[in-house]
Amino acid sequence: MSESIVLDIRNLKSHFFTAKGEVPAVDGVSIQVPAGKIIGIVGESGCGKSMTAMSVMGLLRYPGKVVGGTIALDGRDITHLSPRELSCVRGNEISMIFQEPMTSLNPVYPVGKQVLEAILLHQKVAKTEAKKQVLDIFRAVGIPEPEKRYYNYPHQLSGGLRQRVMIGMAMVCRPKVMIADEPTTALDVTIEAQILRLMKQLCSEQGTSIILITHNMGVVAEVCDYVYVMYAGKVMEQAETFELFERTSHPYTQGLLKSIPKLDEKTDRLYTIDGVVPNLLHLPKGCSFCTRCSQAEKRCFTERPGLYKVTEDHGARCFRYERGGQLDE
Amino acid sequence: MADGKERQNLTEQNPETFKKPDGMAFREHEENISTKEDISGQLGEADTWKDQLMTLIRQNKLAAFSAVVIGLIILAAIFAPVVAPYDYLAQSLTDRLQDPGAAHWLGTDELGRDVLSRIIYGARISLTIGLVPTLISMAIGTVLGLCAGFYGGKTDFIIMRLADVMLAFPSLLLAMVVMYTMGGGLINIFIALSLVNWAGTARIVRSQTLSLKEKEFVEAARSIGVKKWTIMFRHILPNCLPSLIVLFTLNIPSAILSEASLSFLGIGAQPPSASWGLMVVRGKKYLFSEPWLSIAPSVAIMIVVLAFNFLGDGLRDVLDPYLKEQ
Amino acid sequence: MLNKVLKRIVISIPVLFGVMLAIFIMLRLVPGNPVTTMLGEHVNPAVIEKISREMGLDQPLYIQFFKYVANVLRGDFGTSYRLNRNVTGIIMESFPNTVKLSLLAAVVAWLIGIVAGIVAAIRQNRILDRLFMGGALIGVSMPVFMTALVLQYLFAFKLKWFPVSGFDSMQAMVLPAIVLGWNSAGSIARMTRSNLVEIMQNDFIRTARAKGLREHGVIIGHALKNAMLPVITMMALQLSSMLSGAVLTESVFGVPGIGRLAVNAIETRDMPLLQGTVIFTTILVILGNLVADLLYNVMDPRIREGA
Repeated sequence: MSESIVLDIRNLKSHFFTAKGEVPAVDGVSIQVPAGKIIGIVGESGCGKSMTAMSVMGLLRYPGKVVGGTIALDGRDITHLSPRELSCVRGNEISMIFQEPMTSLNPVYPVGKQVLEAILLHQKVAKTEAKKQVLDIFRAVGIPEPEKRYYNYPHQLSGGLRQRVMIGMAMVCRPKVMIADEPTTALDVTIEAQILRLMKQLCSEQGTSIILITHNMGVVAEVCDYVYVMYAGKVMEQAETFELFERTSHPYTQGLLKSIPKLDEKTDRLYTIDGVVPNLLHLPKGCSFCTRCSQAEKRCFTERPGLYKVTEDHGARCFRYERGGQLDE
Repeated sequence: MADGKERQNLTEQNPETFKKPDGMAFREHEENISTKEDISGQLGEADTWKDQLMTLIRQNKLAAFSAVVIGLIILAAIFAPVVAPYDYLAQSLTDRLQDPGAAHWLGTDELGRDVLSRIIYGARISLTIGLVPTLISMAIGTVLGLCAGFYGGKTDFIIMRLADVMLAFPSLLLAMVVMYTMGGGLINIFIALSLVNWAGTARIVRSQTLSLKEKEFVEAARSIGVKKWTIMFRHILPNCLPSLIVLFTLNIPSAILSEASLSFLGIGAQPPSASWGLMVVRGKKYLFSEPWLSIAPSVAIMIVVLAFNFLGDGLRDVLDPYLKEQ
Repeated sequence: MLNKVLKRIVISIPVLFGVMLAIFIMLRLVPGNPVTTMLGEHVNPAVIEKISREMGLDQPLYIQFFKYVANVLRGDFGTSYRLNRNVTGIIMESFPNTVKLSLLAAVVAWLIGIVAGIVAAIRQNRILDRLFMGGALIGVSMPVFMTALVLQYLFAFKLKWFPVSGFDSMQAMVLPAIVLGWNSAGSIARMTRSNLVEIMQNDFIRTARAKGLREHGVIIGHALKNAMLPVITMMALQLSSMLSGAVLTESVFGVPGIGRLAVNAIETRDMPLLQGTVIFTTILVILGNLVADLLYNVMDPRIREGA
């Protein structure tokens, strides 16, 4: 990756401090986000992808905490900012949209006012000017009749419209990076396609990079430039999207892709990966995927694999690629 | 098409997690890795009442401490003749209005009676008032609430309007009216408080019955022909118990306060009873010269009420987090 | 919206009726002829009978009741036995004092309660939270008359800052208002805290944080309005318990209010006066509930627009 890196996450570790022990929910994750690109983070629920996002935003709440690693935005380390400094970054330079458009907006305020608030927080503009910006962004995200919608309460809007409002809120300050955590999971399939297209379009128009968190490989194939596959708090495989689908290397990614049913093949049963996501408190001693891996060898149970080079810019956390050497993390 | 998209989801093995409407990212995690149910589920143990009791003691030391205090007060009340240094009725005109001291730890009242002994005996009154009318009123409320929730329709309408009426009164005023009708005295306080306080219980039991009525196990019982009363008392009532226990613990202090207030107003317990409220009002005359006469029994009331409130709060956290602040 | 208001008012009517019926029946269950109670045992039976007839006591109970209801609806609560005056007039003399006391107490309660509740919620599970919530529970657990006596002793007797009793000057109102307010402040603080803590778990709070709002901005700008909606309902519930507390406060500080009136009515066995004060206060509570309910509807856009 030679393009300029906007967001550089290195060896991020976020743990949960629970009564049963310390849970390594994000365990040494490194992600590079180039300017104007869409990065996908894929994995089953509980793999740490949302946690990674929350860590980047500084939104982790007790009992979760970032315990290691660095997050650099445009070369500036934002890992140890004070709450005041962090609030200037949040919503301004990095913004985030969430899975649940139905509950992510405050029910007692009109939606326009909620977007307005984001502008007034980060820009020194008059209220009338800010309101104009809100209407502009509403138009840009495809909200019909923006003047009317401005005064609507969230419960008066459909799920798709609410998610558009959320995207508008996230984009209105022209952030460098926008994190979208399962933005379309709660929406209808037709709306999903529209929202994804909108995000892609905004990304190219404004030069905003997007981190798209999803469990849906179809979505990844459609919009992402580069993909990270996460499992049990670690990146298992990373590659450019085309490369990942073309030369799927890690057994876990292979399993994920196999479990997508193909329309042109006749099968009686859908493929599933055996077993369940392991309890992070009692991870296997070796590779965290070893208990479910169909290709596991003896050493997989005792040693932890590093992230090895499959090709330049394509890494997999599996001993089968050890000869390629460690990928620079 | 929609179907195909659905099936692409990677979460087929575990669709539950994604259907959950809460979007909090870390909650999603907790569900997978750290909730109590999950761990105990894996180990094959359920939360028994013993576990819950231990959780209560561990989480809320104040509640556990309050339980001990309540236990001690109950013991003191039962063994009052042994514990109290003097007879609570023994008057001694030479020892009138003594300051607190070695002979009388909390001094003596205007008739020379030992205040500490009277407070210890007074615990008998307050605790009985706290327990008996509360039990009676809650029994009434539970039965009415069960009937209202279970039968619905007219029964429900009549019972709940009745409850509305009862709840509309400021409770102390209603108790005052009942006391006016029946005259003063402890027995009448029993009756007054039993009659007045059932409506809150009825409302809560009704709402729980309404939701429990739809549950599978009730449907199952009904489908095999179990009688209505059996369903109500053997299947629905036990599921209301956690709420009822919490409610009971929290109703005790309000009953104690009601009695104290009625006695304080002179329409409750009558002399020479050692009711705390009565002691306060009789000591009030001497507030500026011998403040302990009214303050000491007030503090006694506060300690008992506070202990029950702390215990009730702790129990609610453990047994019934959904029973909201009232 | 108008529909809803009307519906809500219509629902209150049977409750109002029930309240009057309950009090009426309870007070007729008192053994003995009220006229005898009023005039004493050794009065000529003929006189008693005459007066009974004048007061309509010889008629069947249900007719007496409907007459009473009709009179109450016209604002006539009957004639006091002891004072031989119109009960409505007596109530109207005392009522302003109780209103003043309750309003002042409400201000105290809301100031202390909401501020303590917010602070406790912000510092959740830290020392300040424990301290405030412990204090709130103590406030709830202290009998009203105890707070009254302690404050009276300290500030009126020892420090002489305020008069011991009475209600004729602003200064005299301070202690009664604090006493009565203190009692409600505890429950308001607890409710405010628990609502805030619950609201803070919501998704839109995370959105507000992601927007770049700082924590106090999130709480005051986004959580508080949501959390306050149920607290408004509590205002009505507080009105009821506040009027109960007012009886005790007025009795300790000698405030000539409705509570005192009720206690006096019981002491002098003045049935019409007791009946009048209790029904009047209860109507107040019902009206308070109604207003709180409507206010809640107006403030919550989901309900307001959904109608």
